[in-house]
Amino acid sequence: MKDCLLLFLTMLKIGLFTFGGGYAMIALLENEFVAVRKWLDRDEFLDMVAIAESTPGPIAINAATYIGYKLHGFFGSLTATVAICIPSFVIIYGISLFLDAFLTLSFVACAFRGIQVCVIYLIFSAGLKMLGQMKKTPFHLFVLGVTMIGMILSSLFAVSFSVIFFILISGAFGLVAYVYRSLCQTRGDKKDDLS
Amino acid sequence: MIYLDLFLTFLQIGAVSFGGGYAMISLIREKALLYGWLTEEELLNMIAVSESTPGPIAVNMATFVGSTQGGMLGSFLATLGVVLPSFVIILLIAALIGNFLKYRGVQAFLGGIRPCVVGLILATGLTMLMSTLLGFKTIGERLEIDVNGIVILGLLIGISTLIRKITAKKPSPILMILISAGLGMLLYSL
Repeated sequence: MKDCLLLFLTMLKIGLFTFGGGYAMIALLENEFVAVRKWLDRDEFLDMVAIAESTPGPIAINAATYIGYKLHGFFGSLTATVAICIPSFVIIYGISLFLDAFLTLSFVACAFRGIQVCVIYLIFSAGLKMLGQMKKTPFHLFVLGVTMIGMILSSLFAVSFSVIFFILISGAFGLVAYVYRSLCQTRGDKKDDLS
Repeated sequence: MIYLDLFLTFLQIGAVSFGGGYAMISLIREKALLYGWLTEEELLNMIAVSESTPGPIAVNMATFVGSTQGGMLGSFLATLGVVLPSFVIILLIAALIGNFLKYRGVQAFLGGIRPCVVGLILATGLTMLMSTLLGFKTIGERLEIDVNGIVILGLLIGISTLIRKITAKKPSPILMILISAGLGMLLYSL
């Protein structure tokens, strides 16, 4: 019980002090759980990060649920997940109540028009950073190109084709490419056996 | 019914968005514009607020959309929706499956999704750029070019390059948001 309370408070603190989303949170989690409290060892933590990044959903939530489960089972995961959401929820709920009134002030509205441009800039720099880290095989470039062109065309011609389909089709395409590659390989191996 | 719509929409978003907050923006944009929950400008404001407040961006966005559409209950249900798939999937992995990344099939599936997510983010950035700075969303609409916006974008790119040269570090999103707020006040109120 006492351990769960400590987990709750730690996650609450991390939820309150991380700006900039999941990746910023990973660094704080590592400091808190590996370096300071030694609740997890380094290898476990790295496994956790790999899993949190490759499962759907917010990375911070994935990480909190996983760490909570590893430490105290189901209740640990519930405690950690709820705790990490509480600061966000309270702060954003508060802001949402008065943002519209705030925006009727003309200088605030002007500031936000500038901020809107900045958000577009931030989205691009996040995308370009991920592009830099991406492997650039013909397969990757093909999926990237088709997704981009498909998205832009469907937006230009106001055709509704959900982002969800792009994601699922790309995943399925990844599987097909893998199966095709392994088939080619086994056939190649057989040829080697015969000769 | 708005509560059910909020819950189910954010449940979908939580279940299929791979790659964290920015990857989620394309899906949230699609759903929010589809249901008329937000305009493009409101969406951009909300992303800025989510970036400059603590906590996971996805949770911030869910709470915000939920609150503007359905008050306290709406924000609770939207947040629950976006968190629930993560919670269940991770619980299954931690309790039953173990490190699922060792399976080749999973690797192949994720390998297909990774470039798709990069494409989604870049395409979303481009369509947002067109609709806010050039004023057209679909073919056939007239151009309405926002000169101030283009000047601000140019200045932001210049300033961030300069900061990176001087400090050898990327400027934080919050710093860039503050700079852009100043530029906005200066240029748009003239």
